[in-house]
Amino acid sequence: MLSARGLRVEFGLPGGRTARAVDGVDLEVRPGEIVALAGESGCGKTTLARTLLGLERATGGEVAFGGRPLGRSSKALKAYRRQVQLVLQDPSGALNPRHTVYEAVAEGLRIHGIGDDEPARVADALARAGLRPPERFFLAYPHELSGGQRQRVVIAGALVLEPSILVADEPVASLDASVRGEILSLLLRLKEDAGLGALVITHDLGLAWSIADRIAIMYLGRIVEQGPVEQVLTEPRHPYTRALVSVLPNSAAFLDGAAEPVVLAGELPDASRIPGGCRFRPRCQEVASGAALAVLGRCEGEDPVLGSGAHAAACHLVHARMAA
Amino acid sequence: MTASTPTPAPAASAARRRLARARRRQSLARSWAAYRAQRTGMIGLVLLGAIVVLAIAAPVLVDESALSVTQATGGRMEPPSAAFPLGTDEVGRSVLALTLWGSRISLLIGLTATVVAVVIGTAVGVTSGHVGGWYGWVALRVSDWFMVLPSLVVAIALLAVLGRSMATTIIVIALVSWSGTTRLVRAQTLTVQSRPYLERARALGAGHWHQMTKHILPNVLPLVLASATLLVPSAILMESSLAWLGLGDPNVVSWGSILNRASDNGAVSAHAWWYLLPPGLAILLVVLAFMMCGRALEAVFNPRLRGESA
Repeated sequence: MLSARGLRVEFGLPGGRTARAVDGVDLEVRPGEIVALAGESGCGKTTLARTLLGLERATGGEVAFGGRPLGRSSKALKAYRRQVQLVLQDPSGALNPRHTVYEAVAEGLRIHGIGDDEPARVADALARAGLRPPERFFLAYPHELSGGQRQRVVIAGALVLEPSILVADEPVASLDASVRGEILSLLLRLKEDAGLGALVITHDLGLAWSIADRIAIMYLGRIVEQGPVEQVLTEPRHPYTRALVSVLPNSAAFLDGAAEPVVLAGELPDASRIPGGCRFRPRCQEVASGAALAVLGRCEGEDPVLGSGAHAAACHLVHARMAA
Repeated sequence: MTASTPTPAPAASAARRRLARARRRQSLARSWAAYRAQRTGMIGLVLLGAIVVLAIAAPVLVDESALSVTQATGGRMEPPSAAFPLGTDEVGRSVLALTLWGSRISLLIGLTATVVAVVIGTAVGVTSGHVGGWYGWVALRVSDWFMVLPSLVVAIALLAVLGRSMATTIIVIALVSWSGTTRLVRAQTLTVQSRPYLERARALGAGHWHQMTKHILPNVLPLVLASATLLVPSAILMESSLAWLGLGDPNVVSWGSILNRASDNGAVSAHAWWYLLPPGLAILLVVLAFMMCGRALEAVFNPRLRGESA
């Protein structure tokens, strides 16, 4: 099980400011479970993923795998990387144009010194990623493949190490609509057949709906709502999630009755200037409409916590309503 | 890793290797076609080929005894004749023989110095671009420093300290010319560095060595080859300059040392053009040939230049 506790990642910016890209995130991904991480561009999704993979150093909190905190030594990281693998957004860039498919998939094996039966392992990984017959693809170069095939090669390159968790950063964002479904069903099949866990980063709630078991909504470096995907998308609690769901083209399919679309005011604030109190307050439709008047003092002065529970939201108004 | 692999079907893996070689040949053929499309590059290649063949065949064409001062058969600075097509030098040796034999040393020093310079430059460039941090900063400053130093002055000073020999000439030329390659390689390394496939390699657990040798170097080498070809003429020019200044190895004949002897022995005032022109023109031709090849290679391997040179 991959988990993050109070994870923080800060970047120094010119002028002595710091950007808090990830600002206290708790997240868990178990094998056999697909977790979607959704949010606007710039909210820290990708930084969170890179930190979970050990590609970025956390400035606070910890990443743990199987209950053990992730070490910083290169040996510990290397062992960890057999367990947790990455699938990037753009498969064209994720493959070295000078390497054949065989070399690209075998790269992980060679890095980890797994020498026995290399061709068979590569063939097996390619077949599991849906490239059949695998031998036909061994000597192809990335530019000779379609986008979907390239993404399958990238997935095969991750699968060849037999990881228990995949972290996929917008795995289908750069693919044609027709290919998207294939890659998503591949991820689902890997979950069903091999008990693979996945953290799928996306800005597309519809995609999250169709493949994820649980969903975490991220806003400005923090997870603001988390829970089973049906609950979060049909009964969104956090005003931010409600706004996101309300503008989905077929929001009526999720919600009971068509909701009035909520267009958020303003832009996503700079990660170096996170508002005090509730970070969503300046754009919150409940604050703007006066519905949150009763808890406004806490919204301004106190950072809301996500809380435990299967379906949780980091919002003072939600907490107050639940308590009432 | 693969050596210990108990391959289930050796025939299949051999077939795969053969196919992989075929693919490599294919991409080589593509590059060659792109090169052949450039007329200047082909002229340079033919010229270069002719010069190299002559240099290699020199011992067959002219016996080495022709270089001996004591066994010289001609008179002092004889003009061209049937016996000496390019005249003779101040001790009566054939200038044609000298120029032919000089090509061996000039090319040898030029090529070796370039190889040394390119190896240093590539190593420093890749590591400084990839590792970055303090090391990268220091490496960049050092290469900047070598770049702004007046190379001829430094080379003269170094040769005065290290002594005159072929080895020191090679080392000195390499020392003053590696920094350009470093710059080029570092820039290309930074470009490759930001590609997602390096991120993928890191996520797979690749260390620095794997990233540098498997991903960065193969993407940098074509450019290095092109720049090396352009570095050879400047190394030959540098060797000629040093030899002309009397800092060459006194025991060997190079084009620069021929020119040095010519000017020392008053060939200019004696109007002995046959003594000055052959080594001078030879330098010009070789430099020109390498430049033509280098520019063409650059156009083949640097896609940004491909449009304008086609």
